[in-house]
Amino acid sequence: MSPLLDVRDLSVTFHQGDRDFAAVDKISFTLSEGRTLALVGESGSGKSLTALSIVKLLPPGAELRGQALFNGEDLLSCSEARLQSLRGEAITMVFQEPMTSLNPLHTIERQIGEILQLHGMRGAIKMRARIIELLQEVGIPDPAQRLSAYPHQLSGGQRQRVMIAMALANRPKLFIADEPTTALDVTVQAQILTLLKDLQKRHNMAMLFITHDLGIVRRLADDVAVMQHGKIVETGPVETIFSKPQHPYTQMLLAAEPKGEPPPLDLGAKVILTADDIKVHFPIKRGFLRRTVGVVKAVDGISLSVREGQTLGIVGESGSGKTTLGLALLRLISSQGKILYLGQQIESLGFKAMRPLRREMQVVFQDPYGSLSPRLSVADIVAEGLIVQDKGLSFLQRREIVARALDDMGLDPKDMDRYPHEFSGGQRQRIAIARAMVLEPKFVVLDEPTSALDMSVQAQIVELLRDLQKKRGLAFLFISHDLKVVRALASEIIVMRHGQVVEAGEAAKIFNDPQSDYTKALFAAAFHIKADVSDAVSQ
Amino acid sequence: MSSAQFERELIFEGPTLAPALPAQGLIALSPINRRRLANFKAHHRGHWSFWIFMVLFGLSLFAEFIANDRPLIVSYKGELLFPIFRDYPEEKFGGFLAQTDYRDSVISDEIQSHGWILWPPIRYSYRTINRALPVPAPSPPTWMLSAAQCQAAAAKVLKPGEPNRGCRDIEWNWLGTDDQGRDVLARLIYGFRLSILFGLILAAISSIIGIAAGAVQGYFGGWTDLLMQRFIEIWSSLPRLYLLIIVSSFIVPGFFVLLGILLIFSWVSLVHVVRAEFLRARNFEYVNAARALGLSNGKIMLKHILPNAMVATLTFLPFVLNESITTLTALDFLGFGLPPGSPSLGELLLQGKSNLQAPWLGLTGFIIIAAMLSLLIFIGEAVRDAFDPRKTLA
Repeated sequence: MSPLLDVRDLSVTFHQGDRDFAAVDKISFTLSEGRTLALVGESGSGKSLTALSIVKLLPPGAELRGQALFNGEDLLSCSEARLQSLRGEAITMVFQEPMTSLNPLHTIERQIGEILQLHGMRGAIKMRARIIELLQEVGIPDPAQRLSAYPHQLSGGQRQRVMIAMALANRPKLFIADEPTTALDVTVQAQILTLLKDLQKRHNMAMLFITHDLGIVRRLADDVAVMQHGKIVETGPVETIFSKPQHPYTQMLLAAEPKGEPPPLDLGAKVILTADDIKVHFPIKRGFLRRTVGVVKAVDGISLSVREGQTLGIVGESGSGKTTLGLALLRLISSQGKILYLGQQIESLGFKAMRPLRREMQVVFQDPYGSLSPRLSVADIVAEGLIVQDKGLSFLQRREIVARALDDMGLDPKDMDRYPHEFSGGQRQRIAIARAMVLEPKFVVLDEPTSALDMSVQAQIVELLRDLQKKRGLAFLFISHDLKVVRALASEIIVMRHGQVVEAGEAAKIFNDPQSDYTKALFAAAFHIKADVSDAVSQ
Repeated sequence: MSSAQFERELIFEGPTLAPALPAQGLIALSPINRRRLANFKAHHRGHWSFWIFMVLFGLSLFAEFIANDRPLIVSYKGELLFPIFRDYPEEKFGGFLAQTDYRDSVISDEIQSHGWILWPPIRYSYRTINRALPVPAPSPPTWMLSAAQCQAAAAKVLKPGEPNRGCRDIEWNWLGTDDQGRDVLARLIYGFRLSILFGLILAAISSIIGIAAGAVQGYFGGWTDLLMQRFIEIWSSLPRLYLLIIVSSFIVPGFFVLLGILLIFSWVSLVHVVRAEFLRARNFEYVNAARALGLSNGKIMLKHILPNAMVATLTFLPFVLNESITTLTALDFLGFGLPPGSPSLGELLLQGKSNLQAPWLGLTGFIIIAAMLSLLIFIGEAVRDAFDPRKTLA
């Protein structure tokens, strides 16, 4: 049987000034009906461009070469009109971001109906029945009631389900999913993946699945193609790739999961920071006079203590209030409840009074692209805290301290006069960590410091953080939704949901034997990509 | 700061790691600014406009050396005199007035016979009245006169017995004179300088006020923002031209009074752009990081957010400049602007309107204002291109 999709020597080239840059470089692969091919690679490897070029939805300026045979017909050379009739009918796509993929001004009935109408369905009653059927198929509860809902009334997972319903509306032969679960919480991710797998089986679709997450690949795919720098470096059935990877890059990817053990929990270590019954409530204001009509309880009564040389992990899904908690502990937003730093009460200190303490309490943010000012050189960024906190230093002394900090983070001090945009994501995160560490803090809040990074870089950053902690006896508050990273770093964890503690205690104990239903479901989804069947995680 | 801390010596073990400071030229440009400069130069029309404008503006700054009714240097009886910088009483040259009128033929003949005179290219200042007009004011550009008119005019200035060579013997008014007999070209040079300087000062001061107001609004948000926003909405919906007319009817409007009056309204034009930038940027992670490092609000605004807001501001600046110049011209045209006698483009237009038989007045005014505003718009376009984040940060 000839394959449904046969891609031969596909290249995507961008012209940048006088240079040509091949984002996708002569790749070939095939995909048969009823199979799932996972295109795996780190950011910038060209995997999304490959998917987009199959349906010719490339950004302007890209030059396309090669062949993509779909049922023997070359998609790259056929007319735009023919492509339009194929897109949404025989070939459909689902994108990463469910928040922006749906038009916010249309009801879901209208959005799904549009696809049906475009590809030839007529009659309001017939159409409504089909839409309800589709919504049911993708697991939207009470589909008949949800028809008139607008996207903002749905949760992220439900929106992605609607996107899938739209993609399935015309029974496509080829289904392209471009990181469809990356923006979702792990529990929702597990549900969506289960749904996709199920639908693919039922309709015997071919699925091209693009992802950076090897855990998903192992569970979902039949075949794997590993991409690096625009080339496919290895391809084969999923079992072979995972058991006997040939190419060094594949081996590196497989070995990239954050490893290692956190230091054992030591309840006798010096307590650096304690917080008692922290509450952060945001008032909801309405009307002309801005009267408070209610509160959003972002953090609702959390108590914790962080010890020297130990990491407290805060785990939770998006919207659980974990970042807000971190900012409150650093007194960057106002909160209620007692905060003790080395025995000193700090919850009522003003901005000026907090300033000397800022030196000892630092923070590293999630997005290494957003957390470095693009207008300052690396030396200026790292030295910024020194200028405020240590006014006695001369310019050259500061420069030397900065150089040493960069060296400690594994960066070349010679690059200190360059600008952030010249560095990769991982290097930028090291710069952000250097900025916090140069002040020699005692307590550091790490707010998802690895989430925006590629898997292999994540592992390096985790390694770096653990080393720093060991050398300097730092107390970390590690906020993350990524349980694998937390397991590698935290000796103690708190599982948060809706601003409250679900479970707290020694990390090893909780990971081995979670008590609450929610924690169990969370771990199953994160470690085994298993959807929860009870309603512990329902939103 | 205790002195002990100030004098603390840091001793590093091992070799120094910091690289030598990069060599810096006269103006150190960050890579982003270098790319912006390249973008600006790539916009050819804007780049050319910029240089043409700079040359014109640079020349007009030395208007006194180009168009003046006083000589640049006078050598009289072996003494070098600089009338352009100093007032000499006419006694020095045998006259009786407190100030010397060098254009008077008695004085110039006296000097010529005892030395020499170096005149600027145009021997009229903006307020010099040509008393030997070939035809009654407004008189047309000299090159438009007929030979008979020239000869009649030349006969008035020539000494009896000298041969009459017509137009070659009279002083030229390249662009004619206005209805008070003043040279249009001289007034144009001074008027151009006045308009641009006025526009620049107004744009600069209103930018400073506008940026400060927008920054405070955007950064602090909440009630501060709400109240200031409502105030600005009301303030900017006042009919400013009528108010200006009313105010200038009971204050004698000079350069700085007018500047002050226009400033009352012009500062609002930048506020909303800067406010929007600050609103956006105050939630950036690097701003949060700076807060966590202990930087004060003022420092964060200056160092981290202002550079972002400056992009919007600089992009708008040529247009704000244009607006300032147009407002001044409009006021002058209506007769509520600069005091009578000042060289002003608006007044030139007004003269053109009231002397339709003298088209050179209106045409000159129109062409120079149109050219000046177009140049600024082209520069503005190039600046906008230069700061386009899609071009610089891509």
